[in-house]
Amino acid sequence: MSERIVFTGGRIIDPVSGVDRIGDLAIENGRIVSEVPIDARRIDLTGKWLVPGLIDMHVHLREPGEEYKETIATGTRAASAGGFTAVACMPNTRPVNDEAAVTRLIMEIAENHGSARVYPVGAISRGSQGEELAEYGEMKAAGIRAVSDDGLPVRDSQLMRRALEYAAGHDLLVISHSEERALSRGGSMNEGALSTRLGLRGIPTAAESIMVYRELALAELTGQRIHIAHVSAASAIDLIRQAKARGVRVTAETAPHYFTLTEAAVDGYNTSAKMSPPLRSEADREAVRQALADGTFDVIATDHAPHSVLEKEVEFDRAANGIVGLESALPLTLTLVRDGLITPARLVELLSAAPAQILGVEGGSLAIGVPADLTVIDPDLEFVFTAASLHSRSKNSPFLGWPMQGKAVLTICGGRITHDEIGLRL
Amino acid sequence: MTKNEFSFQHRHILGLEQFSPADLHHILATARSFKAISSRSIKKVPTLRGRTIINLFFEPSTRTRLSFEIAAKRMSGDTFNISASTSSATKGESLIDTARNIQAMNPDVIIIRHSSSGAPQLLTRHVKAAIINAGDGTHEHPSQGLLDLMTVMEHRGRIEGLRVAIIGDIAHSRVAHSNIIGFTKLGATVRVAGPTTFLPPQIASLGATVCGSVAEAVEGVDVVMALRIQKERQNDPLIPSLREYARFYGINREVLRGAADNVLIMHPGPINRGVEMSPDVADGPGSVILDQVANGVAVRMALLYLVLGDEKGGGVGA
Repeated sequence: MSERIVFTGGRIIDPVSGVDRIGDLAIENGRIVSEVPIDARRIDLTGKWLVPGLIDMHVHLREPGEEYKETIATGTRAASAGGFTAVACMPNTRPVNDEAAVTRLIMEIAENHGSARVYPVGAISRGSQGEELAEYGEMKAAGIRAVSDDGLPVRDSQLMRRALEYAAGHDLLVISHSEERALSRGGSMNEGALSTRLGLRGIPTAAESIMVYRELALAELTGQRIHIAHVSAASAIDLIRQAKARGVRVTAETAPHYFTLTEAAVDGYNTSAKMSPPLRSEADREAVRQALADGTFDVIATDHAPHSVLEKEVEFDRAANGIVGLESALPLTLTLVRDGLITPARLVELLSAAPAQILGVEGGSLAIGVPADLTVIDPDLEFVFTAASLHSRSKNSPFLGWPMQGKAVLTICGGRITHDEIGLRL
Repeated sequence: MTKNEFSFQHRHILGLEQFSPADLHHILATARSFKAISSRSIKKVPTLRGRTIINLFFEPSTRTRLSFEIAAKRMSGDTFNISASTSSATKGESLIDTARNIQAMNPDVIIIRHSSSGAPQLLTRHVKAAIINAGDGTHEHPSQGLLDLMTVMEHRGRIEGLRVAIIGDIAHSRVAHSNIIGFTKLGATVRVAGPTTFLPPQIASLGATVCGSVAEAVEGVDVVMALRIQKERQNDPLIPSLREYARFYGINREVLRGAADNVLIMHPGPINRGVEMSPDVADGPGSVILDQVANGVAVRMALLYLVLGDEKGGGVGA
């Protein structure tokens, strides 16, 4: 399906091209074009924003192996509904994406059944066991764009050093889930007064910042780049800010839950608020917000982590970590704009331009000639976020029942309409 | 039992945190009224006749389970015990499924002990029966906290204004948590002491004062409570040896010299004699350890009575 469309009257926001203006934009044959095609349909976007398709560089699609939680089809459908045209999926599937055959399987399913571009992330180590390097070259040839042992962070510092060095030779980004597991072991929420009151073993922020420090030291030692995933703690943010100031090649992301919620959401043993790293204190949340405003964070990613009731309707300390995030990320980030913390252009940077650039993938801009990956945002649309409205196969969100404002109403990926709430398909 | 105007509004007993001081006084008064039943030759009243009470224990327990069972039986309730070894837990059935299956048999009360903090709260969302927490993880052990309050009240006539020292593994003790909450709600001051590895983060937020040594903690106190210690938890190096613990944190006559003359000595049991407490202290003057056990039955009778309400059955003193 290749549409010829001209969008008119919308606010076009493209920080890569330095554009933020009301204007027209045309697409034809799946690309953005300079000339309005003769028989183009005219779509009025007055009051709406037209931005490059959003890119989520940290999701879990669960396929292969845990299709009861999510599939590539349902996960990318959730992505498109959330305004995303591309996602990078973490390798902790079953089997682990640690070899080209698994990468090819993911690429093939995504090609045939996906509603968004899928960039697989390969494992740093075989089986994410932290012992030997996986075959980065083979996986890169099959389609991976980065490596990470997300969820099973590399303990051996020498292996991590070698991963940074070896990945550089294949021009692959290394993404670190920074967690010192000796300190977090047995913990299920942020360490503090609330963990004491609830009788839950706490996870100190030091478990995060210690490992962030190691990753920064290794990036500095090797001269290679590293990307720190889902940062939650003020202490870790300080380290990243300092490292950036002295020229370490580090980029960093946080997730919407870390700038929206605090550990208070856990009260009552709410497993929908259990994730790794855990929701932190109000001071940490404030630090995350400031770091989004001052540029310490490059990216907002969701860490979309679908789990079924089998993993979540259990005792808190036994519940799985993670929440779904693809369909709540944009509304939650729009609150930062309304709060005056970031501009709409900065939102587009965080959710589109920067992840494209860091992953080294196309997208993230509205330049003439690039594939038509577009998201139309209605920044004023008010709605209630409900389980029934989710396209993800799993409903483990702490935001169910929340009134929200602003969402993606149209998503186009490579010229194909992947989500439509404005009746474009009619 | 003397009827008063107070109405008990709690469907479940999850922890002392849920109670107001008035609630606590009401429970304690109810427990006192039940205590005499246990000293009669015929230790049975018909109050809970026809009521089904399930003891669902996912952790080993001798005295708490026995105490609940005796409490229920002395009120003519029908009790059934399910322990982790005989339940479906080992077959991979989830807690919620286990609870729903039990619910299908329509019990009135489920008394649960579980190694996970919050497990009783989880049950309340999935079953109709009243839930009584008999100890969850490192969260709370409300009936133990209540029996400790009752014991001190019995010996001192009040809680307000007393000074209480709790010594030992505060971080992993649900007993300590319930006691800190209960005693402070009723106006006592609570001090805690122990190896720093045994003190939970921000313990002061629960209302306790942290002391640097046992001697400092017991200085002038009316009540000293020692907690059972377990040397290792979750591969976490907490103390180097029981020997060193006993020397620096054990309760003995020497360290008690600074306490009030008639200081009450308490322990939730089971005691590691010679570790948390020297035998002469455990068995000596001021020790109310066995009173605690006796009061446990009365408190649990009161809790069963209160969650089931008094609208049915034969009345308390009948």
